Amino acid sequence: MDILCVCGMGIGTSVLLKMNVEQAAADLGMDVNVTTSDAGSAKGTANMNDLVLTSEELAPELEGTSTPVVAITNFMDMDEIKAALEEHA
Amino acid sequence: MADFSTFLPDSAFALDVEAKDWREAIKLAGKGLVDAGFTTDDYTNQMIETVEKLGPYMVITPGLALAHSRPSDAVLHTGLSWVRLATPVEFGNKANDPVSLVIGLAGRDENEHLEVMSAIAKALMDQKKTAQLAAAQSPAEIRAILES
Repeated sequence: MDILCVCGMGIGTSVLLKMNVEQAAADLGMDVNVTTSDAGSAKGTANMNDLVLTSEELAPELEGTSTPVVAITNFMDMDEIKAALEEHA
Repeated sequence: MADFSTFLPDSAFALDVEAKDWREAIKLAGKGLVDAGFTTDDYTNQMIETVEKLGPYMVITPGLALAHSRPSDAVLHTGLSWVRLATPVEFGNKANDPVSLVIGLAGRDENEHLEVMSAIAKALMDQKKTAQLAAAQSPAEIRAILES
């Protein structure tokens, strides 16, 4: 499963989210490939992924992509991240 | 193991300080980065502009803002700053306000800060460690918690 984590700059919050998504996937026994991107270039790459994870504020920037976009409110909440992964596995 | 004495030196800390709003809180985080020699003043403005443009998405978990902008000439070295607010401030993030800890992040490139970020992610995921970080009395104590 290819997952794209999106934040404003592609180096801060999306990187933290990527680490936690990888941890959550490992806990669930899921095989994932996680990449990060800034919101600007995410529109172009979103379609190459199975799932896009981002924050509430940035989700509207990704409207129009065919890939499901899930907004994560608490990036440090493993249960929230796991629920998003399980829903779209 | 990430070397926090390099990436988060004493000069990058401001503990139990007052900020009247989110801009001032980010300015304090920017000052920590400048004082530690990681960034120029331009980077502080860039962090504020990022919030103005993209909203308070950097408030990634209740009480914590990860203030940052993108790698640029304003970033001299990769590093972090740590601002613990005496009185929490609103960033406008409904789910995760108010913010009591602002971590400033300056990355020279997309990879250099990964090890430090990974250690911070582990600490923030651990409720016992977040409580210890909130109560810690000194920069050295905070670094020791992050390194543990």
